[in-house]
Amino acid sequence: MLEVRDLDASYGELRALEGVAVDVGADEIVALVGSNGAGKTTLLRCIAGLTRPRTGRVRWQGEDLTGLPPHLVVERGVAMVPEGRRLFGHMTVEENLGLGAFSARARPERQSTLDHIYEIFPRLAERRRQLAGALSGGEQQMVAIGRALMTRPRLLMLDEPSLGLAPRVVESMLTVLGEVNRAGVGVFLVEQNVRAALGLAHRAYVLEHGRVVGQGPSAEILADPDVRRAYLGPLAVES
Amino acid sequence: MTGILQQLVLGILLGSLYGLAAAGLSLVFGVLKVLNVAHGELIMLGGYAAFWLVALVGLDPFVALLLIIPLAGLFGFLLYGGLFRFIVRHGEETRIKNSLLVGFGLALTLQALAVRLFTADERSITTSYRGRALLVGGVVLPLGRVLNLVVALVLITLLHLFLRKSRWGQAIRATSEDWEAASLLGIDVRRAYGLAFAIGTALAGAAGTLVSLGYSISPSIGLEWTLKALIVIVLAGLGSAFGTFVGGVVLGCAEAVSAIAFGGAYREVIGLLLFFCALVARPQGLFGRS
Repeated sequence: MLEVRDLDASYGELRALEGVAVDVGADEIVALVGSNGAGKTTLLRCIAGLTRPRTGRVRWQGEDLTGLPPHLVVERGVAMVPEGRRLFGHMTVEENLGLGAFSARARPERQSTLDHIYEIFPRLAERRRQLAGALSGGEQQMVAIGRALMTRPRLLMLDEPSLGLAPRVVESMLTVLGEVNRAGVGVFLVEQNVRAALGLAHRAYVLEHGRVVGQGPSAEILADPDVRRAYLGPLAVES
Repeated sequence: MTGILQQLVLGILLGSLYGLAAAGLSLVFGVLKVLNVAHGELIMLGGYAAFWLVALVGLDPFVALLLIIPLAGLFGFLLYGGLFRFIVRHGEETRIKNSLLVGFGLALTLQALAVRLFTADERSITTSYRGRALLVGGVVLPLGRVLNLVVALVLITLLHLFLRKSRWGQAIRATSEDWEAASLLGIDVRRAYGLAFAIGTALAGAAGTLVSLGYSISPSIGLEWTLKALIVIVLAGLGSAFGTFVGGVVLGCAEAVSAIAFGGAYREVIGLLLFFCALVARPQGLFGRS
């Protein structure tokens, strides 16, 4: 269970998060929605150790993660797929995936995890020797997710994984995330594609100007007129 | 005709050391995004270490090399921990600026220290085979310098294999491409930086050993070697050990050719000209990635 409490973060003068509290169970899919600049990415970065919060705590399975460097957060079973995939474009697909098993946590089971990833994404097995930078957007996202899964996480955080992907590709990616969750991995999903995210998630948080302004089961959030107006467009309110 | 060939061969032999000198600087620059302008001084120190090991202990220079590589690597770790560690905390642009300041300071310090300790005299290693040469089709191949080329090539190959095949080598490459993404996979980026810096320094130490064996060293040679290495990096681009090596050989040949065509005084000009042309025509370098 991930518990974020009273989290404040800022970039210089700019306040990015204010008193944010979020829970993600190790068996849940939780979505975090909100407009551009609401602080979604900052929240994930704080959890992953890439950004140091000003105040507040990040606890994972009872242990305080606040202030740990990213590589030690990974070692404790929390992985993140950053926005824009951030693959090593000059390395092959298999090298990218292999680096996911760098941690002491993941290394012993490197081969079996790799086989498993190729099972989930057969396309990657076909392209294992190609440079990651030469793949299509959808394939790159598969590598990004596969690489994060190679760390053998108990919690997988994803920052805008649907960005720039065709609807059909988004759908198959969400299916995979559902399967990953059923295999016992918590999923914390940041999305601007609110409909897709809420369709998959059990619960959701709404973030606005660095504050949590709404939370609840996905169906409730999806039914909220304010949310519909803000994120699904004015026409969605009546429908 | 033989004269030209002779100059070219000497150019290739010297160029292999340019390549080795550049490989260390290129690794540090590519991974840490830090420009260590004291790289030439590290080469100079490596040269002195070899000189004294041979002169005082009586080691064969190639045996000395086996000692100098790990010692220089250790020195690199210390330099990273004591100086460059504080630079890599900043964003990339600040890193470059700060590393120039720190690098020049380090260069001046090491130079002054070397003058104080070793005097400003020019030195070079003399071995029993120093004067020996192979004669191939009228071209003289000085044995020491030929061995230099072989050693340089072996070291470049080892570097290449390390970066391609080993766990930490891959981690270093990943860190150089995107340190945040690398850290999200469990790679301790600080350790990758320290390791890359240590390897870069080890390569500088090796290059210095070969320089004092085939040519000569003095406390003031550092800047010249840093400049050559920079020209090679711009010429070859980042990201390929063999590319850097070839870049060094190209520079060595170009210098030799210009010395024949315009006289020895213009030797240095051709390198800067190549530097300029590469920046204009192919800023990512001959073998570099855009």
